[in-house]
Amino acid sequence: MKRRSQSNHLILLAALLPGVGHIVLGKRGRGIRLLVVTIAVILVMYWRWEVFVSAFHSTRIDHWLAAVFLIVSLAASVTYSVWDVRRLLTEIPMATRGKSPYQLARRRFRANRLAVTAVYVITAFYILAVLAPLLAPYDPSAITDVLKTRFLPPSMDHPFGTDAFGRDLLSRALYGARVSLSVGLLAVMIAISMGTVYGAVAGYFGGFIDNVLMRIVDVVIAIPTFFLMLMLVGIFEANLVFLVLILGLTSWPGTARFIRGEILSLKQREFTEAARAIGLPNRLIIFRHLIPNALSPVLVSTALMIGGMIGAEAGLSFLGIGIRPPTPSWGNMISQGKDALLVAWWVAFFPGALLALTVVCFNLLADGIRDALDPKALMQRFV
Amino acid sequence: MSWYIIKRLIQAVPLLLGVATVTFLIVHLAPGDPMDMFLENRNLRNIDPEVIELIRQKYGLDQPLHVQYVKWLGNLLQGDLGESFEHRRPVSALLAEAIPYTLQLTALALLLDALVGIALGIFSAVKQYSVLDKTVTIGSLIIYSLPSFWLALMLVLVFSVNLGWFPTSQTRSLDYEFLSWFEKLADLAWHLVLPVFVLGIASAAGTARYMRSRLLEVLNEEYVLAARARGLKERAVILKHALRNALIPIITIYGLSLPFLLGGAVIIETIFAWPGMGRLAVLAIQARDYPVILATTMIAAVLTVIGNLVADVTYALVDPRVSYEKKKPV
Repeated sequence: MKRRSQSNHLILLAALLPGVGHIVLGKRGRGIRLLVVTIAVILVMYWRWEVFVSAFHSTRIDHWLAAVFLIVSLAASVTYSVWDVRRLLTEIPMATRGKSPYQLARRRFRANRLAVTAVYVITAFYILAVLAPLLAPYDPSAITDVLKTRFLPPSMDHPFGTDAFGRDLLSRALYGARVSLSVGLLAVMIAISMGTVYGAVAGYFGGFIDNVLMRIVDVVIAIPTFFLMLMLVGIFEANLVFLVLILGLTSWPGTARFIRGEILSLKQREFTEAARAIGLPNRLIIFRHLIPNALSPVLVSTALMIGGMIGAEAGLSFLGIGIRPPTPSWGNMISQGKDALLVAWWVAFFPGALLALTVVCFNLLADGIRDALDPKALMQRFV
Repeated sequence: MSWYIIKRLIQAVPLLLGVATVTFLIVHLAPGDPMDMFLENRNLRNIDPEVIELIRQKYGLDQPLHVQYVKWLGNLLQGDLGESFEHRRPVSALLAEAIPYTLQLTALALLLDALVGIALGIFSAVKQYSVLDKTVTIGSLIIYSLPSFWLALMLVLVFSVNLGWFPTSQTRSLDYEFLSWFEKLADLAWHLVLPVFVLGIASAAGTARYMRSRLLEVLNEEYVLAARARGLKERAVILKHALRNALIPIITIYGLSLPFLLGGAVIIETIFAWPGMGRLAVLAIQARDYPVILATTMIAAVLTVIGNLVADVTYALVDPRVSYEKKKPV
């Protein structure tokens, strides 16, 4: 009976302050993470209460989204905390259960401290980007008394300083993160899915189809990607959607080639033969049996590509043909910083540093995934 | 061997034809024809329509697409790349001025890449898990990830603006004409330091990482063990036995790194006001100067194809295991 009431207290505690229950139960890592998330959410709500409330009446979808995101994450952390504490209290740990290759890979990944840190940084950046309307101390495009506020060096009021129009660079960097991070992610999703399907079709059907499809890949690969992007972005007056499409549609051939190679060997294996023997249509063989088996190495290149895409978008915006100036993106902020390099180093420095940090983290993540998937390689690469 | 080279050359022909077709289609599939884009970009919409029609006729833009395509291809084969809208000069002349600058930059960057990248990779692999190794692996990852244009700006800020060691941009000093030949050379080198460093160091970081893992792989091979067992000096084992085999795949990496260098050169040339092909392409895109856009993309593709070809042929020369007759499609 005593045990029962104790566990009820614990669940109540977990609901009131997610994470504490876990810490009491000895799951410190998970508990601290939950606690940090919850406290951060509450702090943001408290600190920006007025913006938070007005966001629900706002006509701007991004304000609304940020506020909803806060509420959802608070609700999610409470629910998860209660659910997980209950599970921990009732479930008897099974020590002797075997581990699947995926679980083993996950464990190896968790042991890689650099890669795990990279995941945290990336997640934090994406959350900051979503919450930009709530977090940004100033309006990113507000231009006030320019003569007094332009090129203010970093200070407590303006941690990243101000630019040529007196706009707060921290706010602009937060808003810019939304563009840079989402463009990278979406473009890679396009490139990977297109490349995967294309390569799988070529590899599976082989023969004439394969020949034609792969010659097309040869042609696209022969044009240096950045030149191709430059040409397309320049010709099709790129807005955000077009930019994502162009970045995605120029970067798939590498994945296609890789997947084709994988499929060529997978289709010789017995399970494909079995699938064909029971009369599965080609579509199902490709999507259910071949692609899932070829996909795990693609994870590595996905992480690498997101970093590369974010860099490419920044490069195009830097050249003045990607995201156009009133909308902030890290690339066009650096471009503006280039013109002000002699008087205000901070204009170019901070967005670039954020960009560099993001790309470094994605590359660390890619390394981590590769090592986790390929234990042999771990002996050679420890970073 | 020569048969193999000829075969590879023949294979490159349809590839380049494909590239030419793709670039032509992209430019002409865009909304409005190239003339519209050019005029719109310069706010020249108010020109007399008859004049515009005359210009169209002059550049052959009034003809159906397939006629334009055949004509363009025919001219391309004769080395005639058309005339720039912006500069009113033959594109080939513009390119002839720009390409040497780009080659200068990329060749030196490739050299830096080879020297620094391979050397660091070897040190790193030989002294695995040492402080040097850790520094190289982490440092190379960071350098590899830095956006080149930001790195360039920061280096300019530190070394040109604050320290004044190197010029901020341009290819030569104002008093270049009055210098002796030796001073001219020094002046050129002085202007090359920063752009070449920024362009080369990122790919050097990539090479170092690749070299390290390759050499570690080779060092696990049995013939290395055999060489050690015969009592060879460690130096000889590494330089004579392991390194040679580890270097072979690097050749392919170099062939593949050319498009990245050319792409990187676009940004570096723009920052350092380097009058190369990349800068020409950027300026052409900003001015919607489509003959130049087409030509620069074409040339970049041709250089890439040549790079791959040279890499494959060198590979075949260096590695006797590659048979010339039955080559895997690359």
